[in-house]
Amino acid sequence: MKLESIKDFFVTQYGIITSNRFGIFGAAIILFFGVVALLAPWIAPHELWDSLRDSNGKLAMLRPPSLEFPLGTTAMGRDILSQMIFATRTTFLIGLVSGLISIVIGANIGLFSAFYGGKVDEILMRFTDIVYGMPFLPFLIVLISLFGRNIWFVIIAICCIVWRTSARVVRSQALAIRQRQFILAAKSRGCSNLRIIYGHIMPNILPLLLLYTSFNIAWSVLAEAGASFLGFSDPDNLTWGGMLYNLWISGKIRTAWWWFAWPSICIILMVSALVFISRAYEEVANPRLKQR
Amino acid sequence: MILEIENLKTHYQTEKGVVKANDGISLSIDENEVVGLAGESGCGKSTLIRTLIRLVPKSAHVTADKMEFKGQDILSMPDKDFREKILWQGIGLVPQSAMNALNPVYRVGDQCSEAIQAHTDYNKAECERIVEKLFDAVGLQAGMMKAYPHEFSGGMRQRSMIAMSLVLNPALVIMDEPTTGLDVLVQERILRNIKEIRKMSESSVSILLITHDISVIAEMSNRIGIMYAGRLMEFAESMELFNDPYHPYTLGLKNAFPSIQALDRELISIPGSPPSLLGDLPGCLFSYRCPFVIPECEKARPPDLEIKPGHFVHCIRTDHVEEFRKLAGDKKTWQSSKSAT
Repeated sequence: MKLESIKDFFVTQYGIITSNRFGIFGAAIILFFGVVALLAPWIAPHELWDSLRDSNGKLAMLRPPSLEFPLGTTAMGRDILSQMIFATRTTFLIGLVSGLISIVIGANIGLFSAFYGGKVDEILMRFTDIVYGMPFLPFLIVLISLFGRNIWFVIIAICCIVWRTSARVVRSQALAIRQRQFILAAKSRGCSNLRIIYGHIMPNILPLLLLYTSFNIAWSVLAEAGASFLGFSDPDNLTWGGMLYNLWISGKIRTAWWWFAWPSICIILMVSALVFISRAYEEVANPRLKQR
Repeated sequence: MILEIENLKTHYQTEKGVVKANDGISLSIDENEVVGLAGESGCGKSTLIRTLIRLVPKSAHVTADKMEFKGQDILSMPDKDFREKILWQGIGLVPQSAMNALNPVYRVGDQCSEAIQAHTDYNKAECERIVEKLFDAVGLQAGMMKAYPHEFSGGMRQRSMIAMSLVLNPALVIMDEPTTGLDVLVQERILRNIKEIRKMSESSVSILLITHDISVIAEMSNRIGIMYAGRLMEFAESMELFNDPYHPYTLGLKNAFPSIQALDRELISIPGSPPSLLGDLPGCLFSYRCPFVIPECEKARPPDLEIKPGHFVHCIRTDHVEEFRKLAGDKKTWQSSKSAT
């Protein structure tokens, strides 16, 4: 029975995403990146940091895309295709983990704030306002300089910032649901507060939660790219933003267009794919959009 | 005695002052009895329900000389005990506008089961059997348990709410406007369902029926209370109340309802509207609209006089009742009241 309802859930989600052409497009891209991320060590033709030599034995520095190096090479003679494949893995991980954690934080703060109201609402929402005032990069710089460049601190920093919007949106929606008659009916049945929050309010804003999960992942990917480009990422775990950073410090940004193009295109593709999926969910959360 | 309330007061603290939504209500409900409460909008019916099941907002201040359910004091009982032992196990509720009282994202049967599971250790199959039995009793097919609320018609939702209120065999079910917004045929069916359930259930069920529809109350109730501005104006056996009313407000209400025996009778409404419940009004709250008002009415709060055993009237001029009854049938009488002129 439990398994069946989980299956039901995924069937419904599949239906929502595929009901929209953009949704299909987005899902296909995410699926592609997901498979690449999962199989990275097996499909990458070269090691991440190997300096490659061509058939003449010369270091393959800054080669444009060719049959031998499909996406070109870096200034150190490293294969960009392999770097892209490994970077997909890290970027995907950071995006997914921080996107999910931030929606959990945001949803809980929003739900509790709306349900309890009064002082709880006041405290949680003023806290959210404070977080709204926190700039992401300086916050990350402080965190990194205190604890060192590590992928988990990047994730923590992103989580600390990204949840704020979802908290506000979830709160406003939960406020509306809380006033509905069936919440009062549930209370009269003797349901505990937690049961009402998670059992009665949350299921009613599920489309919104999924929408914001998707948004949050997109924001996390963007934030990570920005932070990495400035050099605040884990040097051992290359990301797309990290590749752009390496390009920037090599000083070849005007000549090696291929080094610049692939990570940028992937960031754009990933974020827009997530936005397209959000769009499909938005039509469920707000059916009026469909008519356009 | 299932429920006993004496001098119940629910006062809301607002910025403008104290709003006395319930001001000194005393009533009792016996085992296997239907007590009806009637009154116009804003007379405190819903506040009374919310007070009984503790769903009043925090700004409400509740006091009572006595508020007992089956001999247990439910006024001072800790919230947790009240929620776990009294709510739904002892007192069930069919909420107002049952149309919206079902959570749209769950199947109706599951919502009924949830109420059972929240209070007992029954497993899923047992819950479903209980719900199925009650669905049958209210005339819903067992297959409908798998449906979502939006697949139900208004009457079906109302009936499923009645079934839900009965899942734990409560001693008292509070029905808040159970027939409002339904067409007469569906109303009739629901009232019949309620009667059938009372006959078939193993333990006795008392019902507190709250509505503004006098005919529903007349049909169902053993005893009837007439509420006005947060107070009980008259409380008596139903036949007694209709045949032998004492309070001018009850007389006025009777005029305002069509009767099948006197079709050509002109309906007379009571001019004016209920007073604001804000602040302190010393006298009888109906005095402003009462055609039989005398200066004494506005000076002090009338006592709840027991005219006959079990017949309470909140009026000081009960000795003039014969004269009132004669004059109440005349439209001019009502137009002479203060609020009409």
